[in-house]
This record gives sequence, structure tokens and C-alpha cells, in this order.
Amino acid sequence: MVLSVRDLAVTRGGLAILEGVSFDLAAGEALVLRGPNGVGKTTLLRSVAGLQPPEMGTVTGAEDQIAYAGHSDGLKAMLSVTENLRFWASVFGLSDIEPALVAFDLTDLRDRMAGTLSAGQKRRLGLARLMVTGRPIWVLDEPTVSLDVASVALFAEAVRTHLRGGGSALMATHIDLGLTEATVVDLTPFKAAPRTRSMDEAFL
Amino acid sequence: MRALLLRDLRLAIRAGGGFGLGLAFFLIVTVLVPFGVGPQTELLSRIAPGILWIGALLACLLSLDRILALDWEDGSLDLLATAPLPMEGIVTVKAFAHWITTGLPLVLAAPVLGVLLSLPIPAYQWVVISLAVGTPALSVIGTFGAALTVGIKRGGLLMSLLVLPLYVPTLIFGAEVARRGAEGLTVQTPLLLLAGISFGVIALLPFASAAVLRINLR
Repeated sequence: MVLSVRDLAVTRGGLAILEGVSFDLAAGEALVLRGPNGVGKTTLLRSVAGLQPPEMGTVTGAEDQIAYAGHSDGLKAMLSVTENLRFWASVFGLSDIEPALVAFDLTDLRDRMAGTLSAGQKRRLGLARLMVTGRPIWVLDEPTVSLDVASVALFAEAVRTHLRGGGSALMATHIDLGLTEATVVDLTPFKAAPRTRSMDEAFL
Repeated sequence: MRALLLRDLRLAIRAGGGFGLGLAFFLIVTVLVPFGVGPQTELLSRIAPGILWIGALLACLLSLDRILALDWEDGSLDLLATAPLPMEGIVTVKAFAHWITTGLPLVLAAPVLGVLLSLPIPAYQWVVISLAVGTPALSVIGTFGAALTVGIKRGGLLMSLLVLPLYVPTLIFGAEVARRGAEGLTVQTPLLLLAGISFGVIALLPFASAAVLRINLR
């Protein structure tokens, strides 16, 4: 197992929203999280990525293995497409950004400022960032927002290539990417029983 | 780390990056003070070291909310937190980039603006030295304030309230070095204390900033 989540409970704004979530992710495997708005997909992914400590339970195998892509792309409007990608590549100790530019059809836009891109193009650049991290586990939060059909296909192909190369992907999405090999996990049954944190904790 | 520093410097000099903003503010303040004080050259030259220090401090404060807030807004901070850089390293690099784009220009501009305030001749070198030693502390303390208020809408004012009291020791000893220098007295004690403050905050505060940032990112 590359990534193993056991009995995870997460809170948002001090309110328990999910509990008892367990799943495993192997190399070459993709896992799709489903569930209605507010069920806790983003919070769960942030916990797995290590941005938020889980309330209970353990996440093993995540340390320095995860490339996280959240709702915002982390792009700098005043840097060009290549400058943005090069920055992230060098943060992760890599230098080759060409495959990422090609995979997300950004070669024609390479010298444009990121601030002048359309929403879908920005998203593509944000997803291309995943490829320059060299990390094996992609954790994706609604990756297909503002992408058109052709771009969704590009993205699905990039994920498939990543999986074939021994990587794995954990994503929250409502769109069917055509990834037949992906396992779907519905989070609705893991919804936490309503209870609030104790007053003491609220002040700590 | 180097990539982050280069990116921050590049962003600062691109349009809207705010490079020179602090410097321009410093210039305006030092130009306005003689108008406010009136044609009393002797009084002006007596208060000049203190005015230069307060001007530098406020100019520094002006650009603090850009250190982390912009990265938080566009999501880069989340991504940096999952990158293989330690959070302590990230805040240190950010403070250093802030010092290069704000503190260093202030140090270099101070002697030129000293002329406008009829700064006494012996004070020039001590104003420059005290600012060079003290402004790194301003950037590091400011980064701590920025980390505390990251994610708060319109957190700039709150950050000023938090950061300005923390600037007091630096201001006292920095201005004291410049004042004693202007009067030809020995500056050793305040200068050592100023250096002590700078090195102390550079050594310790990044850990506090990183811890605060981790909590704020949740």
C-alpha cells in the first residue's frame, strides 16, 4: 500500500463532519471520493495532505509523497506560464517542465502572463504543476472545475499516464473522467453524528 | 529556498509588486517633516535621527501585509506547505525577500534623505549603520505579525496594532545609536543591544512564525 488511511475523523470549524473513514491506495490505483456538498471531501483531502491534523485516526505513507491541488491553483498573475511552472519544479527539486506543458496543451501559452489566462487555462496550468512535482500520490480537490470537455480528456489522460508510471491518485470529483479502473468511495455513510466540541477545547 | 527567494524578488519588481512603495513613503515622510517643523534648522537636525528611524519603521510596516497575504489568497501558501520546504525556511526566506525589497533600499536612501532634515555630519554613518543592523529585525518581526493575521480579511490594521509594540525595542536602540552618533558620544552599548535584538529575532522568531502559520492554514 502506498497510502493507508485508518479510522480517520475530521472536523471543520470545530464541528465533526466525517468519522471512521478507512481506505487504502496502491501504486497505479485511483480512488474517487463522492458525496454531496459539505460532506467533508475537501477537509478529508486536506487532512490526508497534512494541511490539517486529523481529529482521530492515522494517515500513513503521506509524508513527502503527496502533490496537493486544491480549489485555488497557486498561480502568480505577474509571472508567465513557464515561470510559474519552473518555480514549482525547482521547489520540488526538478527542472524539466516540457512534458507538463505538452500534456496540458500549454505550449502555445508558455510566455503569456498567468494573470491573462482564462479560468480553464489557469486550471490547466494548476494541474500541470502536479506533473513537475515528481510526487507519486496526487491529491486532487475538484480538479475539473472550469475545464471544457477536451481539457477534461487531457486531464484524464495525464492521470492515466501517471497511474501507468506507478503513481496513484486520490480525488474528489463529480464528473465521470472515464477512468474505468478508479474505485469510487461514497463518503455519505461516514457522516459524523452531530455533536459539538467541548467548551474548553474551543478556547484552547 | 533559492527558487522561492528569486520568485519573491521577481514578483516584487513586476507591476503591482509594491517594490519602491515603502521607499516612496519614506521619501514623502521625510519631505513633510521639515514643513511641519518650520524653518528651525537646529531643531530639525536634533530630531532628524529619530524621524529617519520612525519613517523607516512606518515604511517597513506599509508592505508587511504583502509578505504572506498574497500567497494565502491565491493558494500558493497551501501548496508551499505541502512542498519539501520546511515552514521555518519559508518564513525566513519571505522575511529576507522583504528586507531586500524594503529594508535595504531604506538603508541606502537614508543618507540622501538626511540632507533634507539637515542631519548633523557625524550622524550619517551611524544612521546608516543602525538602520542596516536594525531593519532585518523589522522584517522578521513583521513576518511574524503577517503570519499571525494571515487569512483575516482586512488584517492589515490588526497586524499594525500587533507589530508596532514589538518594534519598540528596535526603535529605541536604533534611534539611540543614531542620536549618540550625532552628538559624538560612544555608541557601543546601544549598537550591541540593537545587534542583539536583530540576531535574537532572526534566530527565534521564524520558529514562532512557522508554528502560527501551520495553525492558521488549518
